[in-house]
Amino acid sequence: MTRMTSWVGRNRGFTGAFLLFAALFVGYQMMHPRGFSTAVFIQNANESVVIGFLAMAQTVPVLMRGLDLSVGAVMTLTNTIASHVVTGSPIQQIVGMTITLAAGTGFGLMNGLIVVYGRIQPIIATLATGAVAGGLALLIRPSPGGEISSDLNWALTNAVFDFTETLGFAQDGTAAWLQPIANIPMPLIIMAVFGICVWVPFKRTVTGRTIYAVGSAEGAAYMSGLPVARAKIAAFTLAGYFAACAGLYLAIQTSSGNADINQAGAYTLNSIAAVVLGGTSLLGGVGGAIASLIGAGILRVISFYFRILSIDPLMQSLIEGLVLLAAVSIGALRTLRVKNTLELFR
Amino acid sequence: MNTLLSFTPENRPIAIAAAFTLMIILIGTAYTLTTQGTAPMLTPSYLLQQLQIGSFLGLCAAGMMMVILLGHIDLSLPWTLTAAAMMATSVGGPWAIPAGLSVGLIVGLINGFGVSYLRIPSMIFTLGVDSVLRGLMIAHTGGFAPQTEASPLMRYLAADRIMGLPVAVFVWAAVSILITVVLTRTGFGKSIYATGAKESAAYLSGIRTRWVITGAFIASSMCAASAGILLAGYSAKAYQGMGAPFLLPAIAAVVLGGTHILGGRGRYLGTLVGVILIVFLNSVLSIMQMPEAFRQIIYGIVIVGMLLVYGRENKTRL
Repeated sequence: MTRMTSWVGRNRGFTGAFLLFAALFVGYQMMHPRGFSTAVFIQNANESVVIGFLAMAQTVPVLMRGLDLSVGAVMTLTNTIASHVVTGSPIQQIVGMTITLAAGTGFGLMNGLIVVYGRIQPIIATLATGAVAGGLALLIRPSPGGEISSDLNWALTNAVFDFTETLGFAQDGTAAWLQPIANIPMPLIIMAVFGICVWVPFKRTVTGRTIYAVGSAEGAAYMSGLPVARAKIAAFTLAGYFAACAGLYLAIQTSSGNADINQAGAYTLNSIAAVVLGGTSLLGGVGGAIASLIGAGILRVISFYFRILSIDPLMQSLIEGLVLLAAVSIGALRTLRVKNTLELFR
Repeated sequence: MNTLLSFTPENRPIAIAAAFTLMIILIGTAYTLTTQGTAPMLTPSYLLQQLQIGSFLGLCAAGMMMVILLGHIDLSLPWTLTAAAMMATSVGGPWAIPAGLSVGLIVGLINGFGVSYLRIPSMIFTLGVDSVLRGLMIAHTGGFAPQTEASPLMRYLAADRIMGLPVAVFVWAAVSILITVVLTRTGFGKSIYATGAKESAAYLSGIRTRWVITGAFIASSMCAASAGILLAGYSAKAYQGMGAPFLLPAIAAVVLGGTHILGGRGRYLGTLVGVILIVFLNSVLSIMQMPEAFRQIIYGIVIVGMLLVYGRENKTRL
């Protein structure tokens, strides 16, 4: 119990975000006429995957006190790549997905190399490479389109049952051992396998820990002999990978690719908002990708409410903005507790 | 000769950016000479027209520089600009410009309060203010393009000419002189540099850093608002999304001009050169009828390339 209390004390931001998300989500499900049903869960999960992956992507550079303004553009770029290569036989599709993920990861690696060896501030370097990624996306897909198979779309955007049925294993989804998980939405499984199962082991490596150390105090991390350069490169590479996951899923979800630069910018800004809502400090060193998933969830649930509350659509962006401002202002309450003004200037 | 070659670290970026701007103009001229046999880029009327278009970006970048010098950033620029333009056109008449400017003042006060008193990172607070402003304007216009028109004075300031020179350029020049004087000759300007370099040290030296930050955000929003008023005058009306194309170029112009993105260092002259560089880069690319995709790529490569030449951080980490 004391361990629990001390964990909550150390992760106040995360706990607050989680409680807020849980309250909002349960409230939404209770107000929804078909709340707590598989169909609603699947729909919600589907709409949260892309921003969830992008929030994870943004988290890693933020943890080391950087910022990646190219995540939205990398998502758009990989989205257009996927719309060309994820097609054909199942094997070809898997190869195509690998190519897509590799492209995003490679772009992230390039960001990391520019930041580390070019010694340019991350925020401005990724602003520039983001423009490059957007341009490449426009070259690859000048107009929206693509022919991703509808089977793949169906299999990955529904419940586990539909996945196994479409792929034809586990007795078309009726096997007894599958029943406990048959109703879990596939998008959640994808998030867990490609997001959380990559992030959690990575966080425990020396490189992962170094990212946190760099965010807290880069000088100290360097003097302690931690691999600072490797950690920075890894952070941007991982951001590229997560952004590619988002782009790939978007392509499968919409069965097409679309080089929409405005959408890329909006997603980048929302990813920062999700990171902050999740309790990760923009000053680095505190937080994590799971927390950002919660942050992304909060952003999404707020927009779900608009559907059931029949709020005037003209007022939606106003309310979204006010909620965002209010949520980040809660974090400002700590300034009231600070006794020494100098502590504010970190 | 010696003074020309040995630039101080502050002036090196400015010199390189200026040289690069000249190179862009030469490349553009060479292109038009080979394809059309004329050199429209070197005619005064073309250059003046570019300056007129550049004045909108120039105003945005001038304000953005004030907050970047503090190590902050103002992402509320797009909708501050749009909201000021929409308020100015819907009030109309002699009160159009004061209405637009007061939008800037209010937004600046809110931004400054959030960043300096609530200590919320400017990146996220101004982003929130931006979406609130967008929400307010969508609620105000009903989501349609506003039907109101710019007042005659706004049109005069944005589109007319005095002695052959666009009035907008005079506005830009006046704001530029004002900012240069403030940054180099006043206590407020010195406080901005001090606060941007190390806020705790500035605070301990007796600088009221909260007021300095609030002042810089007000300056930034006022500049964005004036850009909005001018732009509404130039196109005779306000429209949704008129501010969006200015945010990233404004940041890029400030950084290309040698202002450090983490604050504390930079000269206004550099921002001026950065704006001119971006305006000419855009215009050469449109003369070459470059597709949007290649424009974006070239844009990104130019920023990274220029910063690799002069924007690199020191290698020491302590």
